[in-house]
Amino acid sequence: MSTINDFKGEKPTWCPGCGDYGVLNALQRASVELGMDPEDMVVVSGIGCSGKLSAYFGSYGLHTIHGRSLPTAQGVKVANRDLTVIAAGGDGDGYGIGMGHFIHAMRRNVNITYIVMDNHIYGLTTGQTSPTSDTGFVTKTAPKGAVEHPVHPLQLALASGASFVAQGFSGDIPQLSMLMKEAISHKGFSLLNVFSPCVTFNKQNTYEFYKSHIVKLTDDATYDPTSKAQALLRVSQEDAIYTGIIYKEDRPTYEEMAPNFSETGLATQDHSLSADELEKLLVQFQ
Amino acid sequence: MHMLQELSWKVGGQQGEGIDSTGKTFATSLNRMGYFIYSYRHFSSRIKGGHTNDRVRISTVRKNSVADELDILLAFDQETINLNARELREGGIVIADSKFSPTLPDNLTQHVHLYSIPFTKLAEENGAAIMKNMVALGTSAYVMGLSPDFCAPVIQSMFGRKSQKIVDQNMAAVRAGYDAMSSQNADFSGFQLAPATPDQHLLMIGNEAVAFGALAAGARVMPAYPITPASDVMEYLIKKLPSVGGVVVQTEDEIAALNMTIGAAYGGARALTATSGPGLALMMEALGLAGMTETPVVIIDTQRGGPSTGLPTKHEQSDMFAALFGNHGEIPKVVLTPSTPEECFYATVDAFNYAEKYQCPVLILTDLALSLASQSVTPFDYNYVQIDRGNLATPEALAAVEPGKMFKRYERTENGISPRVFPGQKGGIHHVTGVEHNEIGRPDEATSNHINMMNKRLNKFADIELQGSISYTGDNEPEVLVVGVGSSIGAIDEAVTRLRNQGIKVGHAQVKVLSPFPTKTLQEYMNRAERVIVAESNATGQLFHLMQFHGLQHKAMTSFLKYDGTPFMPKEVEAHLKGAVPAWQQ
Repeated sequence: MSTINDFKGEKPTWCPGCGDYGVLNALQRASVELGMDPEDMVVVSGIGCSGKLSAYFGSYGLHTIHGRSLPTAQGVKVANRDLTVIAAGGDGDGYGIGMGHFIHAMRRNVNITYIVMDNHIYGLTTGQTSPTSDTGFVTKTAPKGAVEHPVHPLQLALASGASFVAQGFSGDIPQLSMLMKEAISHKGFSLLNVFSPCVTFNKQNTYEFYKSHIVKLTDDATYDPTSKAQALLRVSQEDAIYTGIIYKEDRPTYEEMAPNFSETGLATQDHSLSADELEKLLVQFQ
Repeated sequence: MHMLQELSWKVGGQQGEGIDSTGKTFATSLNRMGYFIYSYRHFSSRIKGGHTNDRVRISTVRKNSVADELDILLAFDQETINLNARELREGGIVIADSKFSPTLPDNLTQHVHLYSIPFTKLAEENGAAIMKNMVALGTSAYVMGLSPDFCAPVIQSMFGRKSQKIVDQNMAAVRAGYDAMSSQNADFSGFQLAPATPDQHLLMIGNEAVAFGALAAGARVMPAYPITPASDVMEYLIKKLPSVGGVVVQTEDEIAALNMTIGAAYGGARALTATSGPGLALMMEALGLAGMTETPVVIIDTQRGGPSTGLPTKHEQSDMFAALFGNHGEIPKVVLTPSTPEECFYATVDAFNYAEKYQCPVLILTDLALSLASQSVTPFDYNYVQIDRGNLATPEALAAVEPGKMFKRYERTENGISPRVFPGQKGGIHHVTGVEHNEIGRPDEATSNHINMMNKRLNKFADIELQGSISYTGDNEPEVLVVGVGSSIGAIDEAVTRLRNQGIKVGHAQVKVLSPFPTKTLQEYMNRAERVIVAESNATGQLFHLMQFHGLQHKAMTSFLKYDGTPFMPKEVEAHLKGAVPAWQQ
């Protein structure tokens, strides 16, 4: 059995109090509780403070380029379905520069988990407006307040065919690790949006802010996460921020739908074709 | 009777009118008879309407370019005659549908003959107007001295699955065209083709040869985004990969395509993507990631007319600089430039081995003429295909990794190539990042580390020339050496042969690898020549400048550029070479 120590990578350099510590912690706990082995996991991250997760988590790690963790993670999973593949990034990485991939990954439904550390700000570049920054939010790039409407990732996810949509808060590790276990166990693309406060550059979306605004769907016995209608209703309400499993459905994955696609990892198979097989393939060119 | 060793034929009409299938039926039938085919399509970036034509060269020996002149032009509309009749040789013929009352341009009436045949009417009499192209094929058969049944096997395989009635109707239409031509009572002895060799060849476009090569080389994942003229590569693999457990993922854009290819290659699959200039531009950041993380990926770039959207359906060789220098920062890479469909196949097999041997991205640059021209191909040597996955960590090395320690995926070795592991392997955990990193893949910004790691990556090709980097034909000490790249090999070879037949000493070096550049070999060829002419299909002389960039020197080196969207023709190369040496001009 693996322990938390087995999932420790490089010592983190995030600011003290950064929400991303909570994400790392919850992912380590979830991995232990799921009985995972570090060598069977790959964390594929983007660029930003959140992108450092691949180095700080003690599995195989692939730190890609800005906004492209999703296509890369899908490639890893397609090559080897036995791996547990987790894509990770921030709101700028996933909902700004990588938005196109976000939408298409959800409709494609490759069996990976996508953790977004959403802090409503660009942290690593020291405090610029992000796609999820609230209208009016003052930053270096919006000194008079952001004029654009924020992206709503959960609404987009539901509209784009995500088969698992959840939201967590890095100030609530027990719930967050439970959500990670559910997301990783879900067959298909799982989105886990995590409010992960930036204590250095965002003085508005703080731990206190979330603690006073979050409504936990896990506490609501009447909520049915298999109902898309209920999910759409909740995520479009503006007076509350919901955490928990917003929506889940059982849908075949891309790997299952791709005709005759290999069920075992491609890395170690012998892919050479016999002269006979090659000859047959050439008949169409005669 | 004098018989032709080769004949050039063209069919033209409106796009969407079946011109492609007419040309394909004709070319495939003659290829099966043992003739060598080179077929080049003129088309536009639209689905219906607009002039299109298919030009087919039929020969008793291999020719890798279009012919200088046409013998026969089949016209389904007057525009085809107006645009193409001037390419006919003295005594050439136009066979046109009498439905549109065809006429010859005034300046051509003395040189060529027009036969007005009721293509559409005869097709209707035999079943349907859509078979007018079969009538046209029948007229061609008569003129060329072929049996009207020359295309029967191909028609059988095209329509046999639908119904025998359709096959019979089509063959009746072919015979109606044949008979209509015979009733002209004209002398077509100048169009009779000499018998073909008994050799069997395949008829393929370069894109198919690349795709087949990828399949043979064990590529099992292809993320790609459709683009002209590259789409055939993914379309072929969409049909074939499922039968070997592989998959083509049609991505949202080319950025996703290359990043997903990188992910799949890291995951342990052999993976490729294919694109053209605009897509290559979008892939540049990911290309840098592949170089920095030493991930083996194969990228096919079928060059088309640029810049920007440029000429999407026209020929050009203007992505060489983009492929070599387009990414930011400095990475090792292999860039291959095959010249024929056979070379496309072997280069693709090589590409996957190079990618894994040198752990770097490999680009294969084809050009539109090579990608799309349909050519007779010598059957491939399957023994050539050996899958070599390069330096993989041994079980002993993985077992020796101490608990809690990471695997040295980027270990500094003498040749710069480190052992590779696939995620999932015990003992192999390491980090991969586009950030400068140390031997276990952790970020490391130290000055000494950056220098060491840059050298590790970039020195993989120190003093290396890949096999087959240059092909050479012609005289050993030529008065002129022509240097070319890509599909121009046929046109240049033909021009060189003609000049040598006139007693002129000429040499021809075709460059098959742009990176690592074969500087030493090329300089040796250049040293033996009086003059050097670098022929390429672009406006700025990219190959010429690349040669200078690598320090190649010659006292008389000039550029021969063509960038009108069409490939070189033999007569153009011949004329340019003759013009280059004053003594040759008499």
